[in-house]
Amino acid sequence: MINRVFRLVAPGQIVTELCDISLNDGVIVRPEYLSICAADRRYYKGLRPSDIMRKKLPMALIHEACGIVVADASGKFKAGSRVLLVPNIDGAACVARANYDSTSHFCSSDTDGFLQEYISMRPENLVPYSGIEPQIAVMCELCSVAYHAVDTLKTCAHKRREEIAVFGDGNLGYVCSLIVKTLMPNSRLHIFGMSDEKLSFFSFADEVHRADFEYLGGGFDHAFECVGGEGSQDAIDSIIEKINPQGTLMLLGVSEKPVAVNTRMVLEKGLTLIGRSRSTREDFIKCEKLLRTDASLRRELSKIIHAQYEIRNAQDICHAFDEDASSPFKTLLKWNI
Amino acid sequence: MKGKTKIYAGILAGGIGSRMGATIMPKQFLPVGGKPVILHTVEKFLLNKSFDGIYIAVVKSYLAHTKALLEKELGSLAQKVCVIEGGSDRSESIVKVINEIRKSDKSAESILVTHDAVRPFVSARIIEENIDLAIQFGATDTVVPATDTIIRSLDGVSICNVPTRSELFCGQTPQSFKISWFEEDFSRMSTEQKAKITDACGVFTASGRTVRLVMGDPFNMKISTPFDLKLAEAIVETSVAEGSK
Repeated sequence: MINRVFRLVAPGQIVTELCDISLNDGVIVRPEYLSICAADRRYYKGLRPSDIMRKKLPMALIHEACGIVVADASGKFKAGSRVLLVPNIDGAACVARANYDSTSHFCSSDTDGFLQEYISMRPENLVPYSGIEPQIAVMCELCSVAYHAVDTLKTCAHKRREEIAVFGDGNLGYVCSLIVKTLMPNSRLHIFGMSDEKLSFFSFADEVHRADFEYLGGGFDHAFECVGGEGSQDAIDSIIEKINPQGTLMLLGVSEKPVAVNTRMVLEKGLTLIGRSRSTREDFIKCEKLLRTDASLRRELSKIIHAQYEIRNAQDICHAFDEDASSPFKTLLKWNI
Repeated sequence: MKGKTKIYAGILAGGIGSRMGATIMPKQFLPVGGKPVILHTVEKFLLNKSFDGIYIAVVKSYLAHTKALLEKELGSLAQKVCVIEGGSDRSESIVKVINEIRKSDKSAESILVTHDAVRPFVSARIIEENIDLAIQFGATDTVVPATDTIIRSLDGVSICNVPTRSELFCGQTPQSFKISWFEEDFSRMSTEQKAKITDACGVFTASGRTVRLVMGDPFNMKISTPFDLKLAEAIVETSVAEGSK
């Protein structure tokens, strides 16, 4: 079948390309909702280094999506089933966890993402979902990344977890904070951000603080860095300064440039720094259950849907990306290609 | 949107491709991206779950070939597809599809989505909007705004007039409608009127019915000429490599 794939060919330029896909291989999914991530935004705006842009483009963006199965040659999914799309394509023989293994691929990073009329997926890259609104389900990928990070902290960090800090008041910071509050309900949750408006959305947190104001409170046992970009340096400095000895610092924010770390203080305090990114099918399965069974989590997630655009062609995709550039939170694409 | 209304697709593949020039096969059986054009088109309709049946009207000499092709390439998905003999022109092929549907469905509300077999690049949206608007309003035609200036000439020698371009659209397919409307309006037409009709929407407008527009797009092109075939071949990628970047 001739499928329409919407590829970024240059910053701000998305074109329709026609590709033949077989109905006899894999599961054919019709996307229902897609969501723009900061990583997609960086590609679209041309904010990645030029050699990276040259290497990766043309490429279909977007790795957050949910959809409906329309055909499955494997017989594992019924037509009409609602599914979450897992963007990490596991390598055949992973040595590391699949989302870190060098033989794995990731949609919208080293292979086409989900901006496609129909998507041919491996059965193992789909997770059925129910009892979740599609507009919330589309954010499951972001939740799964946060889930993976919080789960790691619970496994690796020392057991004193009275005070937890999340640095970053964007989408990642918000979702990470929500997952911390859900999985570690007895911890006192502090949020550090730069925008009063955005911080006002974190009503479930115990305390919110302006990261650029002097902080006079006590230290934290552990912290999550969800800032990324040019703000990474200040956030990491600030966390290292405020965190209690032997605390764990989870790094989730993506920075294009190398960030200097105050290793003297890391050594002095005996800190542990752990990087976490992306997720696997197992993280998706756990998140699907969490979202299905926790109505308050779904309600809190719905607060960060800032805009929804109906997408009927490549121009609509560009319009949504252009508007997303000035959006404080999530931009969803209702797929009608 | 569908509710209890039955929806059928009628893929019109009755032509012999006289504009394609020296080919041994009708244009709908020529390959694009390594597969016959008609197969791409049928696959697109198979992925829309609203259809209660998909009928393909083909030229008589290609009945067996079409059935074998679909069985081989589509496997169990081919069960939903019924291949029948087309008519001598478009309207007659539509009538034959309707006659086949009427063997089991007499409903006045049932909808037929007719589509040219040689438009394999139709999108899911175009098909979905045809179904939704046909249920809502009774008849639809897929169009794109005219980009060229259209010249009207009665004798082919000199200009009669130049119509206002913003009022002009180029017709594509699908064309979708209540089967009962077509039956009613077509049966009232004289043989002379029927001979002049080139598409289903002409039947409805001649009867004074309103036909709603569905916005098509330039990719939904018709593969009629060797140029079209060359163009189609050039714009189709045959596979998407996983992890190719």
